[in-house]
Amino acid sequence: MVVGIAGCNQSTPEQGNSSQSDLKIVEQVQIDQKGVEVKPAAGTTPANPAGDGKASCPPLSIAMAGALTGPDAALGINIKNGVKLAVDQHNAANPGCQVQLKEFDTEGDPQKATGIAPQIVDDQYTVGLVGPAFSGETKATGTVFDQAGLVSITASATNPTLTENGWKTFFRGLANDAVQGPSVANYLKDTLKFDKICVVDDSTDYGVGLAEAVRTTLGPVADSGCNIQVKKGDKDFSAAVTQIKGIAPKAVFYSGYYSEAAPFVQQLKDGGVEATFVSADGTKDNEFVKQAGGASKDAILSCPCGPATGPFVDEYTKSAGQALGTYSTEGYDLATILLKGIDSGAITRPALLDFVKNYNGQGVARNYQWTDKGELTSTLVWIYKVQ
Amino acid sequence: MIHQCVDQFACQAANINFNVDGLLNGFWQLSIDGLSWGAIYALVAVGYTLVFGVLRLINFAHSEIFMLGMFGAYFCLDFILGFTPSGNAYNKGVALTILYLAIAMIFAMLVSGLAALGLEAVAYRPLRRRNARSLTFLITAIGMSFVLQEFVHFILPHIIKGYGGSNAQQPIILVQPKTQFTVFGASVSNVTIVIVVAATVLALLTDIAINRTKFGRGIRAVAQDSTTATLMGVSRERIIMMTFLIGGVLAGAASLLYMLKVPQGIIYSGGFLLGIKAFSAAVLGGIGNLRGALLGGLLLGIMENYGQAVFGTQWRDVVAFVLLVLVLLIRPTGILGESLGKARA
Repeated sequence: MVVGIAGCNQSTPEQGNSSQSDLKIVEQVQIDQKGVEVKPAAGTTPANPAGDGKASCPPLSIAMAGALTGPDAALGINIKNGVKLAVDQHNAANPGCQVQLKEFDTEGDPQKATGIAPQIVDDQYTVGLVGPAFSGETKATGTVFDQAGLVSITASATNPTLTENGWKTFFRGLANDAVQGPSVANYLKDTLKFDKICVVDDSTDYGVGLAEAVRTTLGPVADSGCNIQVKKGDKDFSAAVTQIKGIAPKAVFYSGYYSEAAPFVQQLKDGGVEATFVSADGTKDNEFVKQAGGASKDAILSCPCGPATGPFVDEYTKSAGQALGTYSTEGYDLATILLKGIDSGAITRPALLDFVKNYNGQGVARNYQWTDKGELTSTLVWIYKVQ
Repeated sequence: MIHQCVDQFACQAANINFNVDGLLNGFWQLSIDGLSWGAIYALVAVGYTLVFGVLRLINFAHSEIFMLGMFGAYFCLDFILGFTPSGNAYNKGVALTILYLAIAMIFAMLVSGLAALGLEAVAYRPLRRRNARSLTFLITAIGMSFVLQEFVHFILPHIIKGYGGSNAQQPIILVQPKTQFTVFGASVSNVTIVIVVAATVLALLTDIAINRTKFGRGIRAVAQDSTTATLMGVSRERIIMMTFLIGGVLAGAASLLYMLKVPQGIIYSGGFLLGIKAFSAAVLGGIGNLRGALLGGLLLGIMENYGQAVFGTQWRDVVAFVLLVLVLLIRPTGILGESLGKARA
């Protein structure tokens, strides 16, 4: 009987018309800490790793360190694919300068990274590093790279304290966590003019820290009647939904990861809450849209990670065999900076460090120029929307 | 996205609320939502309680039987009934939806029931043959729980493409929760109605099966005194298998009801916490006692929903376990007492 029914039943979801089943996370605007839109510099072309094709250099390598296996591998692999694309493009265009990419798998674990860092600095061919990827491992290994004078640029470690260790070789290729909260809060308050917002966090370090920053910046706009904490791993948010419904806010900011954000947004919509759903980089993952379906439509997501445009997207998809992921663009841009340095003749560690320190140029994601501490001079956050 | 505590912000976890108004204002809504959770807990709790009654074994792998049921129901909807996962609701009309739900539920019950039988045959029967100590059973149960979880986590993706793995399955939502009517200002959704009705019917059937049938008498007899029951011609092995089967089948039914509530919950680790809650519900009602498990499940679901309204959502699980401790302080054998054999009528 069951099989009989299967034969004559090819179902499509009721809400699954083309506009909704093709939901995607699409970039909207780039904002500064005041939440004001900053237009990407027009007319500038992003740096191209291929250069002019005339570079010549001795055999050299750059390293990439991050989680390539283990539960958090997706992020490390995103970065690695970006770096690899830049190196491949460079080598294809410059027969006289072949740079090898050396990948180091830290599994995102500070202890493993501590064992791997000496391997990276002991390799005399290696003049630069993209990584480490996570904040914990970066914290554990920063001193090693600093002492070896090896420039290390992270594409994803966003803990604000990392640049306060006095390391002279550490650079961060994106805005840190202390920037994202105020930026998105001001954007919601001043640009979108939401006058009542519920801030919900997931009780993790990330969620609590970001939510506090958002609440502080929002001030009275963050309704004190719905400062809700849920728990990572929760799937039922009915009590929170009931509470939020009573407050009737204009927006709900969820400070947490996509695996909870998806059921949460769905239960909010099912519960008749019409507020705009807002979340941050923990939720900016295609999995969020996959899980939440139509309920995720019009959700606003902030991320220090930049979107990618132009030919880069297609080249990446072809090279990596998968769609562009979070931090791939950063990996590509940062590797490009190192390669441009090598092409310009900075073939020793001190020379390359100097090159990065004084670098000022456009990448695919943003303009890169660093302060003395190693933070970007312009720390901007991107706003994305599910549409 | 890589974070540690941001020093300049308050890193202290969880502030505890005391919001009695929240409870009073939302009392009926919380009761109804809690009731539907309680119904799911109750069905799963029966599996713990029956096995404990008969074998004096806490079958910690029961939560994974539940989890396999979810995958079974998902497989049925996806492969056999042809629903494409999408995260959007199919709303096919009442009659068709109920038919599909019934088919998926029967399939989930089959999967869970067979898995429970298999678990018994592979893990527990060899131990019984060797007269293993009860601690050995307990460790085996915990071990099997991990085996089943990791099977779905790591091996299932290689058997059926797109199943299992680290992420939750992309949901198949048969019906969107819609308010059907209101009671004292609380909205009752179609999903709640389905859950409560289905759970009530199954609970009644189980109660009849245990208390009114010959099989049920056998189960109660083995629970009371297995040696004497064997002497009276009851096949102990068959009763044990029946017990696992009933527990598994109910867990399978519960898994489909759970999917209605949380379509994004189909993941290898998705049974764990719910299983612990259901086990607590069984203890709360008096482990070994069928009606105790049903009552304990309902109570736990409702009380933890009240609790999270008062203390904050993040305290939900804490409330559930504090409640358990408090009840056990007053009634160490649970609300209805322990015995399945001497089940109160």
